[in-house]
Amino acid sequence: MAIETQYQGIRDGAGPGVGDFIALMKPRVMSLVVFTALVGMMAAPGGLHPVLGFIALLCITVGAGASGALNMWYDADIDRHMARTAARPIPRGVVTAEEALMFGTVLSVTSVLTLGVLVNWVAGGLLALTIGFYIFIYTMWLKRRTPQNIVIGGAAGAFPPMIGWAAVTGGVSVESIVLFLIIFMWTPPHFWALALYRCRDYERVGVPMLPVVAGPDETRRQIVIYSILLIPVGISPYFIGLGGISYLVTSSVLGAVFLWLAFKVYRTREGREADRIAKQLFVFSIFYLFALFAVLLGEKIAEWLVALGAFKAIFA
Amino acid sequence: MANNAGHEQQKKVEAERAKRQRLRSIAIAVGLGVLVVLFYAATIVHLGGNALNRPM
Repeated sequence: MAIETQYQGIRDGAGPGVGDFIALMKPRVMSLVVFTALVGMMAAPGGLHPVLGFIALLCITVGAGASGALNMWYDADIDRHMARTAARPIPRGVVTAEEALMFGTVLSVTSVLTLGVLVNWVAGGLLALTIGFYIFIYTMWLKRRTPQNIVIGGAAGAFPPMIGWAAVTGGVSVESIVLFLIIFMWTPPHFWALALYRCRDYERVGVPMLPVVAGPDETRRQIVIYSILLIPVGISPYFIGLGGISYLVTSSVLGAVFLWLAFKVYRTREGREADRIAKQLFVFSIFYLFALFAVLLGEKIAEWLVALGAFKAIFA
Repeated sequence: MANNAGHEQQKKVEAERAKRQRLRSIAIAVGLGVLVVLFYAATIVHLGGNALNRPM
């Protein structure tokens, strides 16, 4: 049965529910965005009133969700033909493209204006840049035109920690740029690992992902190259004073595992095993990013606890 | 009999449609309410504690 007809039975004619609009926002992507933004906020020097911090996080989250909805609006035509995306609300027929466009636009404008007015305009401006970059540069321009779509378009996913940092400090710094670069360099091997085992989907809809255009072997080579480049970038927070010893150890060990998996993907090229290894790298890459940012957050919390004397009180 | 079954199905769909529309309206109202609260809270924060301490 064709992918697009598998989901027609799910249309019940009763219109979209609240859950369908939440699904438009790509909640799993939102959770990574909000987490990296939170770490950017916590790692930044100085402080921010908790109410304003909460508002900033909420605006960043909603802005990310709005980007997801606008992406689903624009890509509705290809989403219905890909197994990975055919169950999304628009291909399923529960939300119309126009509803998704209106939903995404209202949320984008509201989140940017709210962040700018209530927190600061550097953060608001960066959020606007993020949304604009993701929609106009990645979704509408690069995604269907070049195999470098992920490399450049990945910048959109790298902005959240910078926005979080800017919410606290009112500016951009070397440290926030490093956080940006970690996600930027992580994006290509992460998405190309996915594209390797979803190659047929992208080929079907004519999206020029690297495995479709240059072939799986070249994609594997590029995954290794970007993984090699990612490792020093991932470790660099230690050398600029952003991360401590725990971060150095974690980023080094996980970086080595990342590289080992990348080489495994490079060597395993045939059959189901190749797909399995690619999926393994994809799943691990999510853990890698989460763990690096979690350790940064943990170290910051530990610093605060020490400063508060809580450790003394607990261990006295 | 087939007509009755179709009619029943139509009624169910209409009831479900009304329920989902109501829930969407509630969600929008909650969202707007949250926005109002956020603006109020942020204004208090920006004004600082002494906002309440002023000569009348």
